[in-house]
Amino acid sequence: MDTAPAAKASDHTQTPPKRRALLFLVLPPALWLLCFLVVPYLSLFVQSFLATNDLGDVVFEPTLDPWKAFFTKTLYRSTLLYTFKIALTVTSLAVLFSVPLAYFIAFKVRRGKELLYSLIIVPLWVSYIVRAYAWKIILGREGILNSFLQWAKITDAPVEAFLYSEWAIIIGLVHIYTPFVLMPVYTAFEQIPRSLVEASKDLGAGRLTTFFRVVLPLSLPGIIAGGTFAFVLSLGDFLAPVLLGGTDNLMISNVVQNLFGTSNDRPLGSVVGIVLLVVVVALLETTSRVEQSFASLESGRGRLGGAR
Amino acid sequence: MKRRFDLPTFLVGAAAAAVLAFIYLPMVVVVVYSFNPDAVNVFPMRGFSLRWYRIMLEDEQLIGALRISLLVALGGTSIGLLLGVPGAIALARHDFPGKRILERIVLLPLTLPGIVTGVAMLSFFPLIGVPVSLLAVLIGHGTFLIAITLTQVYARLRRLDPSLEEASADLGAPPITTFFKVVLPNIKTAIIGSALLSFTLSLDEIPVTFFLIAGDNTLPIQIWAMMRRGISPEVNAISTLVFAGSIGLILLGTALGGRDKE
Repeated sequence: MDTAPAAKASDHTQTPPKRRALLFLVLPPALWLLCFLVVPYLSLFVQSFLATNDLGDVVFEPTLDPWKAFFTKTLYRSTLLYTFKIALTVTSLAVLFSVPLAYFIAFKVRRGKELLYSLIIVPLWVSYIVRAYAWKIILGREGILNSFLQWAKITDAPVEAFLYSEWAIIIGLVHIYTPFVLMPVYTAFEQIPRSLVEASKDLGAGRLTTFFRVVLPLSLPGIIAGGTFAFVLSLGDFLAPVLLGGTDNLMISNVVQNLFGTSNDRPLGSVVGIVLLVVVVALLETTSRVEQSFASLESGRGRLGGAR
Repeated sequence: MKRRFDLPTFLVGAAAAAVLAFIYLPMVVVVVYSFNPDAVNVFPMRGFSLRWYRIMLEDEQLIGALRISLLVALGGTSIGLLLGVPGAIALARHDFPGKRILERIVLLPLTLPGIVTGVAMLSFFPLIGVPVSLLAVLIGHGTFLIAITLTQVYARLRRLDPSLEEASADLGAPPITTFFKVVLPNIKTAIIGSALLSFTLSLDEIPVTFFLIAGDNTLPIQIWAMMRRGISPEVNAISTLVFAGSIGLILLGTALGGRDKE
């Protein structure tokens, strides 16, 4: 009695309710993202072509000056290059640290694998600010490392060079972003068919050869994905340089922060923001293509292997 | 299979242990030194005290910041669920013009540096009458949490056989019934998991919040302000609570929403 009218309704009007339901589902999130995300990005782009008045407020007068300033002043180029250098160092170290740990958990651990996996995943989401703070109290002039070295009679005066240095930024960023590399690298190791590893060994390859010729190439998509995360996140980081690098080691995001803050030059800040955005998007596009080509290569190999 | 001592395995194991120590040692240091009786964090620690926890509980600014953070996280997570779940269903089950573009837009707040999103919102929100304020922070958080919920629920829906829903429709159930009786039970754990993840991420968010906040700080911004004023073990005490809270939420999330790994 209850089902009959419903069945009839759905028989006759299959498409219109479905279309109405679709609008109901898709319009709210789409409009929200349009208003509060897409249009703000566009307004940043527009703002990069605007002038400011004497008070530093943005006025609606189109100009190319902010872009000219960006390309002529060496500060921006050199900071961008410096940021690339830091991000590249962080990425290399994060990959270098992730590979043995992920490899060990994926291939050597038998009991407690789940627990170890959670252990490497959990720090991903555990407070950024607190982890940066940890390095501040460890590396500080009156910090734990310095007092430990003096207690152990290795040094007799505090070493000034630990905190507020380039290496402090790098260590902090590597610590914060290594879990982002660990996860995809571990997943890639786990997905390698164990039979391929066995086959390589049966064919007489040593363990090093097996690792470099079989395991590593097959896990490259994961390594690239993780490396991209680390690189992009380091590029956009503006807190670690301030907290751990002091005033002399500013990265590109600090320039954006200053231009939107104390220097109050929003058009120029928008230029730097847009440049950062373009760099990141280009990078993500490139690496996703590389990953895909590896993935298809892998499936190609998989098919060959499957043709028993 | 009996295993004898094996040097290469031992070396890989040692490297793995060193990396794990590198990841966890700093956090252990923060927790241990929250029980420091002194005002400076030096080695060795002289004794054990709950002094900084007491000071923390009496710090009205800090407690106020915690309250604001919880409110923003609750509001942001609700926005994320209310708009992200329908969005995920639309993307996973329907075809419509602009679908490809929407898929890419959703990923933007997750892939672009937070600072770019932050300054973009800072530049635009005042033009539509939303000045820097907690409301702006809430909209900012809601926006990236929509992306979190949407991607998580979408991933689950993709693994759910659509023929279940077709069967339900063929048997005469209206779409609403199909949703509540067939779809929802199957994506329930993904929704709970993404809600807990959203909550944790919102509690920890800095880059967007930094540009949109007016007077009332959220917890991480307040911790940052305290750190800039100077180092105090009080920060260790609140940090320990933050660690405990976020690990608790994550473990709860993986326990309830997990079983995604294959």
